[in-house]
Amino acid sequence: MSNSIPEIEDCPMMLCVGTNMTECHPIIALRVKKAVRKGAKLFVVDPRKIPLAELADGHLQIQLGSDVALFNAMAKVIIDEDLHDKEYVEQRTEGFEELKKHLESFTLEYAEKISGVPKELIRECAIEYGSAERAGIYYTLGITEHICGVSNVQSLCNLALITGNLGKRSAGVNPLRGQNNIQGAGDAGALPNNYPGFQDVTSAESRKKFEKAWGVPLDPDKGITKIAALDHAVDGRIKAMWICGENTLVTDPDVKHTTKALESLDFFVVQDMFLTDTAQKAHVVFPAAAFTEVDGFFTNSDRRIQRIRKASDPPGEAKPDWWIIAEVAKRMESGVHFDYDSSSEVFDELASVSPIYAGLDYDRIDSGELHWPVPDHDHPGTPVLHEGVFLNGKGKLQLLDYVPPSENPDDEYPFYLTTGRRLPTYHTNTMTGRSEGFRILVPNEWLEIHPRDAEKLGFEDGDWARISSRRGDVTTRVAITRTSPSGTVFMSFAFPEETLTNNITNPDVDPITETPEFKVAAVAVERIEAPAGFSAEPALQADPAIEDPRDG
Amino acid sequence: MSTEKVMNLDGRNVSFQQGETVLEVARREETFVPTLCWDERLDPYGSCRLCVVEVEGRRIPASSCTLEAEEGMVVRTDSEKLRRMQATLVEMVLSENPGDECPRCRDIGTCEVHELAEQFDVGRERFLGDISNASKEDSNPFLLRDYDRCISCYRCVRICAEVEGDYAITMTGRGWNKGIATAFGGPLMGSECTLCGQCIYTCPTGALADKKMVGQGSIPGKVEETRSICPYCGTGCSINLHARDGKMIGVTPALDGPVNEGALCVKGQFGFDFVNSDDRLTMPLVRKDGQLTPVSWDEALDYTAQRFKSIRAEHGPKAFYAIASGRAPGEGAYMLQKFTRAVMNSNQVDNCSRA
Repeated sequence: MSNSIPEIEDCPMMLCVGTNMTECHPIIALRVKKAVRKGAKLFVVDPRKIPLAELADGHLQIQLGSDVALFNAMAKVIIDEDLHDKEYVEQRTEGFEELKKHLESFTLEYAEKISGVPKELIRECAIEYGSAERAGIYYTLGITEHICGVSNVQSLCNLALITGNLGKRSAGVNPLRGQNNIQGAGDAGALPNNYPGFQDVTSAESRKKFEKAWGVPLDPDKGITKIAALDHAVDGRIKAMWICGENTLVTDPDVKHTTKALESLDFFVVQDMFLTDTAQKAHVVFPAAAFTEVDGFFTNSDRRIQRIRKASDPPGEAKPDWWIIAEVAKRMESGVHFDYDSSSEVFDELASVSPIYAGLDYDRIDSGELHWPVPDHDHPGTPVLHEGVFLNGKGKLQLLDYVPPSENPDDEYPFYLTTGRRLPTYHTNTMTGRSEGFRILVPNEWLEIHPRDAEKLGFEDGDWARISSRRGDVTTRVAITRTSPSGTVFMSFAFPEETLTNNITNPDVDPITETPEFKVAAVAVERIEAPAGFSAEPALQADPAIEDPRDG
Repeated sequence: MSTEKVMNLDGRNVSFQQGETVLEVARREETFVPTLCWDERLDPYGSCRLCVVEVEGRRIPASSCTLEAEEGMVVRTDSEKLRRMQATLVEMVLSENPGDECPRCRDIGTCEVHELAEQFDVGRERFLGDISNASKEDSNPFLLRDYDRCISCYRCVRICAEVEGDYAITMTGRGWNKGIATAFGGPLMGSECTLCGQCIYTCPTGALADKKMVGQGSIPGKVEETRSICPYCGTGCSINLHARDGKMIGVTPALDGPVNEGALCVKGQFGFDFVNSDDRLTMPLVRKDGQLTPVSWDEALDYTAQRFKSIRAEHGPKAFYAIASGRAPGEGAYMLQKFTRAVMNSNQVDNCSRA
């Protein structure tokens, strides 16, 4: 996030895009609710009627994957209405005239046609965003999990740049990260193109620095992404893999492909708390300690580095992740230093090689008040990024085109499927599913379908459905709800043992990040008889399917 | 012009900012003023009347939580008369709150009502009589509701509205019929309630309790509290881990958590006991004759190192790939990328952010 979470409550205009915040980031949503109570404007852009939309001044219920068309049209309105920040554009951005020209074809009529959002609402949202003194954009995977994920993000950045909303309090462009330490894992250098602290592996200067720190020559070429690595495993270029704390087999799209990749490996190591579906494929499984059983750090969405502390004992001989990796490394006899007595020593080494963590140690992160970059021990941290100047000079405005999703409904697969989480089931349910009580709240997966579509297919609430795509099929129960628009069905991926949603999701990826298009697949839905042993009682619903006059 | 003003508190001049309440000034000055309906996260409510103070020039005591401090105001917090009134109020509240059966005191730590009872050294005998016999039925898995113990401070209703913004519960009825109910009076599940459990941790009595913690108190052993961070989404909420004899028994929200300021969602509040799950891995496993077989650490580590070595020798550094966790602590991610880069000699490492 460019800005910190507490700042949200003072933001007078919030644009929340592809973020089911009350379910996926409930405590961040509290700040949004607070801001709304103080009188802030809230516009929600989401294909589904998520709970946040109930609080909004406007809900732009867009067609899946039409973000660029919508946000380009908003940028055009802002420029046409002369609401852009001319001084900021002049001093801090480049490419404004080119952008202006590029946007000519992104009329409100065009955006309405592509996105399905009434043009008056697009215009209203653009004018509110463009005229607010401060405006914040908040987004989650609804923006990034598309074949055009990078363009989607850039189209939002354009809006922030032309209105001068990057580099001041209670504004900015703010991706909410989905996992407790996904930011920290990237910060620590677990990326194929970056050393710790986002230092480029292809830069000779960075490489020399790390060669000196670790005392060995390093590879000047960047690595491949995890998505490509699974392909390389299938074709035999990758022979060995070590996966720490990820249930890859269940979380990645197109399970058949992932299974083949993992089964092709000569040697496969998994480190986890549980014998997950992924771990069952491994040659070696290391038992990892849980977050309550170790000391360490998590870095959250707003770049805040916080301490976790040991409170309970690991079961049996489970060990901290850092210890396991260090012990394997020592046995490789590489001469590289892996002799650590504590996690604090590991953290100190990370801080010594990462300029954004340079001012940190366990004492300084004790209270959790610091946001990186923290370049030295007296630095107060950086809750707001890009104040005054961008690190890389000027903010480049991007000329973006709308690219339709890679799969669209046709006669054979007439529905869009989009996926996401539900409040009480986290991810693949390895943690919530093993915590007492959560199975009572959400006993099973269900397919959310609009009443109009349900009627066409002959569904009653709680019926069973087979959902198939070009990759495979799954079965689950049906909940009739107006959360999803007609023509689009929704599922989570929390019940892989019964309903392996990623059997049917779309593996096509964004060309830059290689993030798959989890948010759009074309599927067919048909009614089936309940499997033996299941009654026809209704599934637990996301919301009651009450009549909504606005819905036509 | 400075906004700093001065008032007199128990014979001392103390400064305050315009807009502060007398209670806020007193708390900052570390003056004892008892409260039951007050929570610093909520708007002042003034219903329990325990925070009464005497203000010079006023005929009757005033509740300090709703009283704005004024320039030159002279306030007493510790007179005999005030203490008598407060003791009586605590006694009345206690009449419905038997201490020996309070699930909160027994299992989680003293509740505010019974802490005050001890401080004022009062019992429940004087006002003992009927109790309201409110329903204790609620089929949800997390929140114990026993409204016989409810003292009508409405902190639960207010935190649900003011902090969580869920407005799932409201106050109903008067006198014996008073209660806390969902929109149509049904159970919490199926209402707007998200089971975030934050009403439990503002409740000053045992009317609400954490079902996961209840029953734990009778087990011997000291409960240790450790500050940590929630392991679910990327918000980074501060939590307190409660453990006894090295085993996790509960989570409470950290009221001074910089991100969450004492709020948690259903996962952060109740989703911790996967760490106690029977199917946790306890030994390294190595596949032998097709079966994953428990082995010693030395055997697993030696075997792994030897396999990585031979694959690198035979197929080169790029035949290896590592995926770090976005869930585990960052020290592990640092180690895994260092291992990949400095030992395996490639940049073939990523984390789980793409899929």
